Amino acid sequence: MTAKTASGREIVRNTEPASERAKSWAWHLIMIAVLAIVLYPLVWVIAASLKGNTDIITDTGLWPETVTWEHFASAFDGLAGIPLWKFFWNSFVIAGLSVIGVVASCAMTAYALGRLRFPGRTLMLGIVIATLLLPGQVMLIPQYLIFSELQLTNSYVPLVIGKFLALDAFFVFLYIQFMRGIPRELDQAATIDGAGHFRVFFSILLPLLRPAVITSSIFTFIWSWNDFLGPLIYLYDMEKFPLPRLLQSYSNSEGVTNWGGMMAMTLLSLIPVVLFFLVFQRFLIRGIATSGVKG
Amino acid sequence: MSASPSTAAEPESGTAGEPGAPPDRGARGAAKRRSPGIRGGERLAGYTFMIPWLIGTAVLTVGPMAWSLYLSFTDYHLIRGGDWIGFANYTAMFDDPMFARAVRVTIIYVVLAVPVKLVASLAVAMLLSQKRRGMGFYRAAFYMPSLIAMSVGIALIWKALFSNDGVQDSIMSSFGWDGGGFLGNPSVSILMLVILAVWSFGAPMVIFLAGLMQVPQELYEAADVDGAGKWKKFVHITLPMLSPVIFFNVLMETVGAFQVFGPAYIIGGEAGSPAWSTLFYTVRIYTLAFTDFRMGYASAYAWLLVVAVGIVTLIMFRAAKQLVFYAAEDK
Repeated sequence: MTAKTASGREIVRNTEPASERAKSWAWHLIMIAVLAIVLYPLVWVIAASLKGNTDIITDTGLWPETVTWEHFASAFDGLAGIPLWKFFWNSFVIAGLSVIGVVASCAMTAYALGRLRFPGRTLMLGIVIATLLLPGQVMLIPQYLIFSELQLTNSYVPLVIGKFLALDAFFVFLYIQFMRGIPRELDQAATIDGAGHFRVFFSILLPLLRPAVITSSIFTFIWSWNDFLGPLIYLYDMEKFPLPRLLQSYSNSEGVTNWGGMMAMTLLSLIPVVLFFLVFQRFLIRGIATSGVKG
Repeated sequence: MSASPSTAAEPESGTAGEPGAPPDRGARGAAKRRSPGIRGGERLAGYTFMIPWLIGTAVLTVGPMAWSLYLSFTDYHLIRGGDWIGFANYTAMFDDPMFARAVRVTIIYVVLAVPVKLVASLAVAMLLSQKRRGMGFYRAAFYMPSLIAMSVGIALIWKALFSNDGVQDSIMSSFGWDGGGFLGNPSVSILMLVILAVWSFGAPMVIFLAGLMQVPQELYEAADVDGAGKWKKFVHITLPMLSPVIFFNVLMETVGAFQVFGPAYIIGGEAGSPAWSTLFYTVRIYTLAFTDFRMGYASAYAWLLVVAVGIVTLIMFRAAKQLVFYAAEDK
């Protein structure tokens, strides 16, 4: 109930006529039907990972007849002698570095593009917006050749360096949009009081940008947690694999025979994202609703 | 808005001292001289703050784009190297059956996934915009899948759901379907990816919903007075008022759909199994570049994708000029 009032958009009518009440019931029925379809795959995989029978795939039911934890036990064993927590840790390291990079670099870039005047600013803003639509595949091969020349393949550098260099145009754009809502008079007042642009950025804008920082952090975490192409191209040692690479390798070897273990592992890999979502969903939804950044 | 404080400050600095007057050390003099000082400082600060982006864009975006354009005119191979071959890569594509397959699969996917996903997201957004109790909960629940839809984990779950005798096969068999699981049936396997896209309808839905909330209720009330029905209100009020948001969603979803990689790669592998029916264009680029090491040819593929996405974007912007209604511009 508190969550509902917090969102502040509900209109509760106490004196509804009967037809209005019937409409409300019909509405809820439709919503629940959509909800059932949307959540079915997730509920099914939870059930599948607990099912004791061997024909997990062919069982459409959502209620395991015999519950077993052995699939989770085999999932925790990981792959090729490397325990599952190691892959979790790798994913956390990559996602954590990405978050630090995005927050540091995109806020700076957005401050310059959104608040300061200097020659070339319009062109740079244009490039940022153009890269929103640019297919990344076109840079992939030369980037690989660069990192390979620098002997940085099989490390996390290629996966995170772009985040530290403000190349996530989505977030630069998000910060610019958000900064538009902060009155310029604040910076100007600080400037008149003698603060330089760095002071204005760090002491005035950055604290006010907190919601944008949170939104971009969560999205960056989730996107880099899910990222598969980068790790597929750059990482060879299983020791360094994040979860998506592990899942792919597992499905090619163990998963063929051990569906239960694979479903349990898949489920575990999704849990951090779902948890993040549950805790921060208001920031996420406000973030995409105001700036059009996608999940 | 930004201009008003600076113009307000100007008369003050103008009256404070005549041009060429000796610099005085009082506060007023400092204020007078700050104006050009700020401009110079602002320029310096601007470039300083842009340093990471400038390096990144030069080294990891613009440089690589130029390089891959060059590579696309060579037969560069990761191990053997390569030479300039002119347009040979581009002409070779016309005789490449895999190119034709990849283009076909990708276009079918874009044409099916984008409209279905957007219609579904608009329909649910309109239902949600009725502002009933629990709207926030449903909105969040419907949004959640779009955060995980493109992950390897969900692609693996999809493989399980759509395998022979899997959930989809069992349900459809009871209605007389004998095509087996979509995973093994080349004539319908692309639908797995379309359904995956539609499943993640929550992201455009949230954007539609935000747009719907902005439509002034007075418009609907006025239409009610005029006796307009639901359909008329939808066509004459909702669609025009929502058209900038529709344009944004169509553009982003289309551009995104051309670039789907992870789920396609997990579900169909490098060969786009079964029978090349899930051979996405991006998967083909990946395989050519990183399995076959034919990076010159793969670069030509990638540049053609850029050109195709560019043309589609351009057409959409052109169409938007005719179709999109910007209420704000009337003011």
